Amino acid sequence: MAVGTQYLAEQQPKLSTTSLVLGAIAIAALIAAPFFFYPVFLMSILCFALFACAFNLLIGYVGLLSFGHAAFFGGAAYYTAHAVKVWGLEPLTGILFGAAGAAAMGLIIGFIAIRRQGIYFAMITLALSQMFAFICLQVPFTHGEDGIQGVPRGHLLGIIDLNQPLSMYYVTLAIFLFGVFAVWRIVNSPFGNILKAIRENERRAVSLGYRVDRYKLGAFVMSAALAGLAGGTKAIVFQFATLTDVQWQMSGEVILMTLLGGIGTMIGPIVGAGLVIALQNYLASSQFPVTVLIGIIFVICVLLFRRGIVGEILELMKRKPKGNV
Amino acid sequence: MSTIFGIPAPALYGQILIGLINGSFYAMLSLGLAVIFGLLRVINFAHGAQYMLGAFAAYLLLTYAGIGYWPSLFLAPLLVGAVAIVIERFMLRRLYGLDPLYGLLLTFGLALIFEGAFRHWFGAAGKPYAPPAQLTGAMNLGFMFMPIYRGWVVVASLFVCIGTWLLIEKTRLGAYLRAATENATLVQAFGVNVPLLLTLTYGLGAALAALAGVLAAPIYQVSPLMGTNLIIIVFAVVVVGGMGSILGAIVTGYVLGVLEGLTKVFYPEASSIVIFVIMAIVLLVRPAGLFGREE
Repeated sequence: MAVGTQYLAEQQPKLSTTSLVLGAIAIAALIAAPFFFYPVFLMSILCFALFACAFNLLIGYVGLLSFGHAAFFGGAAYYTAHAVKVWGLEPLTGILFGAAGAAAMGLIIGFIAIRRQGIYFAMITLALSQMFAFICLQVPFTHGEDGIQGVPRGHLLGIIDLNQPLSMYYVTLAIFLFGVFAVWRIVNSPFGNILKAIRENERRAVSLGYRVDRYKLGAFVMSAALAGLAGGTKAIVFQFATLTDVQWQMSGEVILMTLLGGIGTMIGPIVGAGLVIALQNYLASSQFPVTVLIGIIFVICVLLFRRGIVGEILELMKRKPKGNV
Repeated sequence: MSTIFGIPAPALYGQILIGLINGSFYAMLSLGLAVIFGLLRVINFAHGAQYMLGAFAAYLLLTYAGIGYWPSLFLAPLLVGAVAIVIERFMLRRLYGLDPLYGLLLTFGLALIFEGAFRHWFGAAGKPYAPPAQLTGAMNLGFMFMPIYRGWVVVASLFVCIGTWLLIEKTRLGAYLRAATENATLVQAFGVNVPLLLTLTYGLGAALAALAGVLAAPIYQVSPLMGTNLIIIVFAVVVVGGMGSILGAIVTGYVLGVLEGLTKVFYPEASSIVIFVIMAIVLLVRPAGLFGREE
């Protein structure tokens, strides 16, 4: 039984009119948002929301809990930062380079990790990402404890000046929307259906003739690449890449965002990321230790609402018409 | 001065000893993880935090109550075991029958709470904890000088591991435990109180971690972060050994500790990642782990 099992019924293969309208409203709100909120705060949410969506692709639709996604997020941040700062690459090319680097890492880590399932998969990805964190601490190009600082934002495609907060915001928003659309497209493709079949019953998928390992590896690489897209963008937005982004705490955070919002739902991870970042922002000025709060939310989520906020709302909406019949 | 493969012999022995000590902790912790996983099907992410709590319990008992090392060796595991029993009764119990990943996530959250709270109260810096007077000083083994406390840790951990193994393999309680691992419903039908057995197992596993923590306190400093960094390595050890066998977990722990120590001598840059590399190789060659069986 996979973690995402109970949510199968909630996925809709097609976009209904309601979700199209809601999506349009949400995009309009995101376009207007920088006039009401601090853009850097919003961009931080967008980066982490994309990261969480990428992570959710794996846990929500293949049933694999990766405890090492920080390696792809933080690794891509390093690659992008290095490419832009040292090689002088154009920012978008730098971000794509970061995502490609994350995808390559996903291929290696995924190849090793998919040999085991369930709980072992989580432990293996955690161990391999910790190994990557140790490597980042030692190799020269990451500059150890200092990280890569002072990454120039530069001009997008040589034209748009990203030092303008608004243009940076809209570029981030475009990357975010592209990433979310990619996840949606993957999930609702024939490939995505096979992934869900594997999640529901791996042996049956094997007996139907699918090479399960290849599908899992494919999903893993896509998830890593999208996490890398988020990490590379973050490096340009914040103009630095540090060890914080590759450590296990970051892997834990993205799990929490997805769990809190709703595993296996399209918008759950986005909601979760928004809430967690907002909370961290809010608590940064107080005395209360953030780690403790994150731990408490974890415990509450696991014990009381395993479907997450969005998952529980969807469940309520589904139940109502039944009650009337 | 004699050399072995171009390395001065004392340096080599020294690193092997350090490897043996690290291996002792890997063995004790992976043993606890294996015992808990065997019966509860929960990967106890809080194991590292419980190890840290054990060390802190010893430190706090000494600082605020003047209770020394020897009583702490019993009191700290007792305290941490009691906390673990409460956790099992009120939280973990609700997750049996669900996907085991939820147990991992719950204990991960608990680990964050413990670690964050202790970091908030005591800061991230390590606190020194002196070894007991009887175990200070060093012993001349003929080929090297060994700090007595370090020797004691290796011996004590061997006793703990063998003792736990005997408890599980040779006693009636252990027989119940093994039977419940195979088929809990049937054992319950024979009148064994399985829920109680689950609670005790989790308490015992946590107490083992705390005992390791007390043993570690004089060697490594007592710090809130000492547990989680260690537990990730122990996860790799567990993956290498496979969780099917208690003895496998113990042997893998010691062997990997010594291998890590040897890497420090011959190629120090790789010493922090060698266990993970071994894990990757084992997964490629024998996915179920060295002592594991495919489920």
